[in-house]
Amino acid sequence: MADLTTRIAGLTMKNPVMTASGTFGYGVEFADFVNLEEIGGIIVKGTTLNPREGNDYPRMAETASGMLNCVGLQNKGVEYFCNHIYPEIKDIKTNMIVNVSGSSPEDYAACAARIDALDNIPAIELNISCPNVKQGGMAFGVTADGAAQVVKAVREAYHKTLIVKLSPNVTSIADIARSVEDAGADAVSLINTLMGMAIDIERRKPLLSIATGGLSGPAVKPVAIRCVWQVVKAVSIPIVGLGGIMNAHDAIEFFLAGASAIEIGTANFVDPAVTVKVANGISEWLDQHGCASVNDIIGQLDA
Amino acid sequence: MVKAVEFPHDLYVLLKLTDSEPLPESLPGQFVEVKVENSPNTFLRRPISINYVDRERNELWLLIKKIGEGTHQLAQLKVGDKLNLVFPLGNGFSSVQKAGEKVLLVGGGVGVAPMLDYGKYLKENGAQPVFLLGARTKADLLEQDLFKSVAPVYVTTEDGSEGEKGFVTQHSLLQAEKFDRISVCGPKPMMVSVARYAKATSTPCEVSLENMMACGIGACLCCVEKTVKGNVCVCTEGPVFDVNDLTWEV
Repeated sequence: MADLTTRIAGLTMKNPVMTASGTFGYGVEFADFVNLEEIGGIIVKGTTLNPREGNDYPRMAETASGMLNCVGLQNKGVEYFCNHIYPEIKDIKTNMIVNVSGSSPEDYAACAARIDALDNIPAIELNISCPNVKQGGMAFGVTADGAAQVVKAVREAYHKTLIVKLSPNVTSIADIARSVEDAGADAVSLINTLMGMAIDIERRKPLLSIATGGLSGPAVKPVAIRCVWQVVKAVSIPIVGLGGIMNAHDAIEFFLAGASAIEIGTANFVDPAVTVKVANGISEWLDQHGCASVNDIIGQLDA
Repeated sequence: MVKAVEFPHDLYVLLKLTDSEPLPESLPGQFVEVKVENSPNTFLRRPISINYVDRERNELWLLIKKIGEGTHQLAQLKVGDKLNLVFPLGNGFSSVQKAGEKVLLVGGGVGVAPMLDYGKYLKENGAQPVFLLGARTKADLLEQDLFKSVAPVYVTTEDGSEGEKGFVTQHSLLQAEKFDRISVCGPKPMMVSVARYAKATSTPCEVSLENMMACGIGACLCCVEKTVKGNVCVCTEGPVFDVNDLTWEV
């Protein structure tokens, strides 16, 4: 059996498969379908300093090989998370990671500081790339200065592993990655959703309540792999790859491009047990190809 | 596994499913998420309400309206095909509140589907269900024999080809009789008008919603409905809601 253990900066993971924020709830929603402890890391729903109601319905539209969403970071705020959700998830024996969003650097830092105090949350993923909120979110992630500003503020307030999730909706994702590395990020994850839109031609209206949304699913995978490949060459911190991964084959593409771990998102909606299937599939592929460890293939692209 | 495929109407398919193992228990009003194979543009599962459960035959029935590519593909299934379902999902209709209670079950269009299972459940558990079903024409009324075998059936059609002419809320039954409570599933305008009747007559009323869903298990937060408690997932908090918990103008 190949060794699936992987590291993302200070984080050791039993396998390189994580769940993408916003697609796996707080993990417990999936406990009937999958042994949560067989997943390398669970990145829970985006959390903000204050509660958010999110956007109006409709928030979702199915598109070719994927979907658009404009949920808009609906969550009950970090205090609620700490008091009511953390106790429910803190004893799950895997890396429980919180995705953090905000509308100002101070917001992000205050939310991160609150989570820093939780013993069993070893890392946060900073969302500077949400396309579905008016203030903040992607506004920070689309300029190198904006991204650095948020990461610096959070770095001062947060002392564990800091992963920064990058937007593909930029001219040069490599520039943004370099900027957040310089500002103190321990790792980057990419890509968040691609901004998109779909239209009801009979009603001549957008299908989503706020017109635009984030595209995810297999449709975005080639874009995601290209982004990983470009960022690998730009930074020396580890990369977590995500975007349209449906199976082990897709995951291995990301490893070869240079990702040290992967996240599975939209595929969880199609098969709630997909995470463990992908982890097992990676192991089988490594065995079949005579690789002792997943680390043997990371960045081993011949290009 | 697909045990039978029936076409009660040009626009509908009725799938009768079974399994080598006993099917999981489900409550009336709960739903399944069906994975649609061989349909390249159908990426997500399709949420379908449970139409009928036959415990003795170990059958689960799905009455499906062919709307888009996914549901048309489901109508292509053949006897013996395997189908991947996640179920039971969501909360069902209310259980029997008191022995002998009269419960009006209102269904319109494909919204009649869950009412058959619910009516059977109510009858078996000591309540008195009454069906009020609405359709465009006589030809659009589905599963009438089954409904009649469970409880009295009243019908409205928009063209008057069967039952009373008009919409369900115009049926004389609503003036003639009083019900302990009402459950309704159908197009939203129909549910709103039934909810108005319920409010005017101080009758408790629950509605079953069909907001578009992705995951079906409360993870993606796509299918939310505005309620007095804020946005909640229809898949986990519903699909059945007390109409007073919603923010509809009734």
